Amino acid sequence: MRISLFITCYNDALFPETGKAVVSVLERLGHEIEFRPEQTCCGQMHWNTGYLREAVPIIRHFVRVYQDAETVVIPSSSCVAMMRDHYVKAAEMDGDAKLVAEVEALLPRIYEFSEFLVRGLGIEDVGASYPHKVTYHASCHSMRSLHLGDIPIRLLKNVRGLDLQPIQNIQECCGFGGTFSIKNADVSSAMLADKVRNVLNTGAEVCTAVDNSCLMHLYGSLHRQRTFVRTAHLAEILASGHADSPGVVA
Amino acid sequence: MSELEVHATEWHTRDFPTAAKDLLQDSQTRKNVQHATNVIQGKRNTVVAELPDWEDLREAGSQVRAHALRHLDYYLTQFEENCTRAGGHVHWASDAAEANRIILGLVQKHQATEVIKIKTMTSEEVGLNAHLEANGIRPIETDLAELIIQMGKDRPSHFVAPALHVNRQQVRAMFQREMNLPDLGDEPEDLATAARNYLREKFLRIKVAISGGNFLIADSGGICITESEGNGRMCLTLPDVLISIVGIEKVIPSYRDLEIFLQTLPRSATGERMNPYNSTWCGVHPGDGPQEFHVVLLDNGRSPILADKEASQTLKCIRCAACLNACPVYHQTGGHAYESVYAGPIGAILTPQLQSMKEGRSLPYASSLCGACYEVCPVKINIPEVLIHLRGKVVREDQATLGGKLSLWNIGMQAAAFLFKDSGRLAMAEHMGQIGQKVLVSKNGFIEWMPLMLSGWTQTRDLKAMPAQSFRDWWAKEKSPNASANLRAEGRSND
Repeated sequence: MRISLFITCYNDALFPETGKAVVSVLERLGHEIEFRPEQTCCGQMHWNTGYLREAVPIIRHFVRVYQDAETVVIPSSSCVAMMRDHYVKAAEMDGDAKLVAEVEALLPRIYEFSEFLVRGLGIEDVGASYPHKVTYHASCHSMRSLHLGDIPIRLLKNVRGLDLQPIQNIQECCGFGGTFSIKNADVSSAMLADKVRNVLNTGAEVCTAVDNSCLMHLYGSLHRQRTFVRTAHLAEILASGHADSPGVVA
Repeated sequence: MSELEVHATEWHTRDFPTAAKDLLQDSQTRKNVQHATNVIQGKRNTVVAELPDWEDLREAGSQVRAHALRHLDYYLTQFEENCTRAGGHVHWASDAAEANRIILGLVQKHQATEVIKIKTMTSEEVGLNAHLEANGIRPIETDLAELIIQMGKDRPSHFVAPALHVNRQQVRAMFQREMNLPDLGDEPEDLATAARNYLREKFLRIKVAISGGNFLIADSGGICITESEGNGRMCLTLPDVLISIVGIEKVIPSYRDLEIFLQTLPRSATGERMNPYNSTWCGVHPGDGPQEFHVVLLDNGRSPILADKEASQTLKCIRCAACLNACPVYHQTGGHAYESVYAGPIGAILTPQLQSMKEGRSLPYASSLCGACYEVCPVKINIPEVLIHLRGKVVREDQATLGGKLSLWNIGMQAAAFLFKDSGRLAMAEHMGQIGQKVLVSKNGFIEWMPLMLSGWTQTRDLKAMPAQSFRDWWAKEKSPNASANLRAEGRSND
């Protein structure tokens, strides 16, 4: 399958290792990956902050770049949620019927990374190995918009050597919320403090998630507090090891 | 009769981030709020999980409420006709002042100097108590939590459990002082007995009662109130005169619709399968209950909300407060940070709209958009969607002013939008960022301080510096069709 990677703006600039990991996992599974360099951003920051008109050209740009793609894979559930929950509405708000139709045609071909592995390819074991104590942070959009359920957990449970530690209050937000973390920095920090305490209580060495935005927020505090807990996107864990052959062989 | 106008509610003096910052320092209140919301939320999750048709009930409730709002004129007229036919008097109040004037007039007509009240947030919304007090009438709250709020000269922080931010030791101290009971214990039984003795005398003596209403029932002209303590039943049956103040959006078409809401409301609100007391009444009946019954139908900013296609779903709300109990922002701050009768996620969308977006403009931003509120809402109000819509209104209104246009937020967002329209610009900005960030990056490779509005991030969080190579640059160098040429030029091979 020919897969188009939408890396997302912040992964591109801040977390290129996640993109490399996605490429590595999907190539090992025998797929051809393409990267369209015209890509920029999904428009989420503008939309969620109330800059609705400003988001529309960004959305239009995304749709133009990807409308002929066979499958689009995105290592960020909040960007996928932006598309599924708001793109049609944004196009309607702009009165652009053509864009509405293009969005509706493109949306079914867009997947979040872990969703693509399990629901798209039917693979739960990618043959990774990661001998570390790990806890999984379920991001809000992955739970409540994409309804990923236990998909990331199933992928993690099949990683060799990985010791998965459950976290308390998994349903509660880490307090990032994009510009919320700046506009309401004090409340955001209080929410983060609760989440970090729950992460530390697991005794895990690594906290993972399907969104680097939450992980950037969590690690911001974990690093400030001089803890030894690291963060790693799920794709980076799934790209690790590979002592065995990839799951696609079975 | 003369009437003194007062503006009782002193809400909206501070914006949400400022009020929240203060409340975050109050560790006792935060502890009380977190404990209480966790308990209610836990019970709610248990009793909701019991119902195999919960999602169908949510959908049905949502559709009934949406239908009633679409035909609000029809159902309100039907309610008025049926209520009047049953012996009730219907009054229409376009705003808080009119509602207060009507109610004060009714109380004064009966020469009452005291009234008993059932918990009604609508009366809090219009500032009824202060208005009555300013005119020599003493309102006595009979709901335990509202009594605590009234005695403590406090404000409700939660519209189902108004005193959720107070713990029982604090209640004991207040009762000891206000009821002159120096030896009172702090067991729930002790406190309930004290309140019961205090209130029973009021129920038996006072002749005028004021209530709100959970539902206006159009096809019978009846009103429904659900409650847990029985104080409501006392107020609804013992006095001679009953005055109910209810928002116009609370109408449902038919008595049969209660089948849905009497399942979803108690489970969502208090985690009970059914409320201990469900009262529905219709007009007056000789020799049975109040012999004079008035309904004040309150608009007070509701009609304009109906006209907003994106936001009118706000009015579907049945005031269960499940969204407050589920909200991680509310968990941290409690209700007072919202500076409004209606706190939490629903308050964040309802309050600014009731004020025509003139007050509470920071409230739509008081959410991380985590979606927990929408997930629990028994009438499926998509609160995150409405929050974003209202943020859009705030931004557009701000951009219409010179100060708003020149604000750092607007300039930053316009600049970002400019970059995101073109990947060449974005790539160039990334390269500039990789170089420009050097003034901010500490020796440990992290950004520990940022200027202006970004300082909010670094007050508690470090930020990873941008790596030297973006993903797009890595791809161009290593993976793109031109990559092998690039590598050859560098004397490496991709083979």
